[in-house]
Amino acid sequence: MLEIRNLHASVDGNPILKGIDLTINRGEIHAIMGPNGSGKSTLAKVLAGHPSYEVTKGQVLYEGKNLLEMAPDERAREGIFMAFQYPIEVPGVSNAQFLRLAYNEKRKHLGEEELDPLEFKDLLKERAKVVEMDASFMTRSVNEGFSGGEKKRNEILQMAVLEPRLAILDETDSGLDIDALRIVAGGVNLLHNSENAVVLVTHYQRLLNYIVPDYVHVLAGGRIAREGGKELALELEEKGYDWITSSVAASGIGASRVT
Amino acid sequence: MSLIVKQEGVYQAAFRLLQQRTAGNNAAWFARLRESAMDRFEQLGFPSIKEEEWKYTNVAPISKVNFEPVVGSDKSEATLTADEVTRLGYVEAQASQLVFRNGVLHSDLGSLTGLPTGVVAIDLAKAIADEKYGELIREHLARSADYNANAFTALNTALSSSGAFVLIPKGISLESPLHFHFISDPVEPSAAAFPRVLIIGEENSRATIIESHASISEATYFTNAVVEIVLKDGARLEHYKIQRESADAFHIATTSADLGSNSRYNATTINFGAQLSRHDIAVKMANEGAECWVDGLYVVGGAQHTDTHSVIDHQQPHCTSHQLYKGILDGKSRAVFNGKIFVRHGAQKTDAMQTNKNLLLSNEARVDTKPQLEILADDVKCAHGAAVGQIGEDELFYLETRGIHHNLAKNLLTYGFAEEVIAKIKVDSIKAQLDEAVLNRINARLEA
Repeated sequence: MLEIRNLHASVDGNPILKGIDLTINRGEIHAIMGPNGSGKSTLAKVLAGHPSYEVTKGQVLYEGKNLLEMAPDERAREGIFMAFQYPIEVPGVSNAQFLRLAYNEKRKHLGEEELDPLEFKDLLKERAKVVEMDASFMTRSVNEGFSGGEKKRNEILQMAVLEPRLAILDETDSGLDIDALRIVAGGVNLLHNSENAVVLVTHYQRLLNYIVPDYVHVLAGGRIAREGGKELALELEEKGYDWITSSVAASGIGASRVT
Repeated sequence: MSLIVKQEGVYQAAFRLLQQRTAGNNAAWFARLRESAMDRFEQLGFPSIKEEEWKYTNVAPISKVNFEPVVGSDKSEATLTADEVTRLGYVEAQASQLVFRNGVLHSDLGSLTGLPTGVVAIDLAKAIADEKYGELIREHLARSADYNANAFTALNTALSSSGAFVLIPKGISLESPLHFHFISDPVEPSAAAFPRVLIIGEENSRATIIESHASISEATYFTNAVVEIVLKDGARLEHYKIQRESADAFHIATTSADLGSNSRYNATTINFGAQLSRHDIAVKMANEGAECWVDGLYVVGGAQHTDTHSVIDHQQPHCTSHQLYKGILDGKSRAVFNGKIFVRHGAQKTDAMQTNKNLLLSNEARVDTKPQLEILADDVKCAHGAAVGQIGEDELFYLETRGIHHNLAKNLLTYGFAEEVIAKIKVDSIKAQLDEAVLNRINARLEA
């Protein structure tokens, strides 16, 4: 589904990603972990197409197509979704209006008929169950006045409505209390199936107790420093990121981070 | 220079015509008021950008056009139809509207059947001649809007031949909004209209008024409107001013409100139209416990120029004022916001808040914003602020990652910016009109 080859990216001229290779197949759950500044959020944003991040080298193929040539909205309509660490508030536009707009943009793109407000209401009611959100959220402006946990649940609601093929969750667990984490993770698990893939970008192992990854990739200094199965996350939890970064430094990889 | 002399001649000629036509009909005090206002206009002339109050707004284009002042003459072949009036109107006010064609009241085009008994809504000139109201009007007309300080107010005071006098008696509440429906009709080419409105809300009265300015053509014309409002103790008035003149029009307006004890005045001013518009709004809090909200939204593009000057004058203790003005500018448009808040000696426990926020959609648009506070009392709560910004990259990106096209994303965020003002509007059809106007202007659609 997704093939990342030797990906290099910079922001404001500062190189952040320095050669990422990663393959993601449908049905898989990948966790991207790493210390602050390792480039894991940058990777998420580059995949979603953030204009501030410049790809300087390498390529990304999504379903065989050159992802990097596609505008962010095009990527979204092609089935890529990113849940934001800090979702944006959109005053004056209700959650229901917004979701229907996004949903219909995708339908149009796929050559399907748009849903009218009533039809969409039924669909929305169904999908909202995934993140245990009640109807009052639908008439409120997008994320406006939402608590941190509500914003994250709203991200997963958007995912539930848009049914992406590739969902990238950028630090979705940050700032969540245990109840909200359980709801958010439960939603992701419900939405995951053999036809789609999920990428969890996270600093902590905690989320992975709820969403169990098939693969764990640990980033350090803009490269993948270590890869493994879910047990790698547990090992990290125990030994900390220093264990990875020091071994990376010792082997000469990511040396730019060591002065 | 010769042009300006000639132009001032046009207004003087109109003044003489008006004097002849009304000779003997008018109360002597009113004739004197007009004369004195005309003298003042001649002294002042049109303001120049050398004057601080007009620094950013050049009205020379108005003085260069050969406008024809409409001083009560009535052309029978007018094109304005009842359908047009309905189309430009608001459903809530179908049975309570005063329709003005080129500044002149046409009772046959409006309807007042929806007004409660006792409420007076009649032509100002007729009211002045009516012994029931003459003295009351004399007491209030041209008191709140000072023609000595503003040439346009002077010109309106001198040349206004029509308008409305509205009296809401003690304790009366208006169920439906009262609509002052100003429509420009191209039957009089290059018309200069001088509508004048005086509203008196007696003790504990309640009313909502809509003042709208629109056109049935894309002609060049000049509206110079003055609305004076007097609220007695405990009166409440909601005032919506919707300016959507034609793209080539000039719109100069003054709103002036004097607030009684514990009265409340809420003004919302919306500016969409005109090539050049200027609105002076002044609220005088001359009695204890008065409260006002003075909000506004201007949405301009192309080469439009819009200017708002507000003065909130806290003269007495325990008064509250809130002000929120938002602007959306595209193209090479320009906006001016100048907001003065005065807190006079002894106006303790004043609570005054003022915000002006602007969203620039193009790199060529420009805003000059100047919030000013002058505080002479020591126990007050005052805050003001101004901001000018553009749509944030991260906000756009967020919407785009949901599959929403770049332009639509931009439009939604622009709408979201305006919504803070629109959301407070309590008349549904105005709200719907603005929703549509803002979204149409930015070419978006929204349903739920």
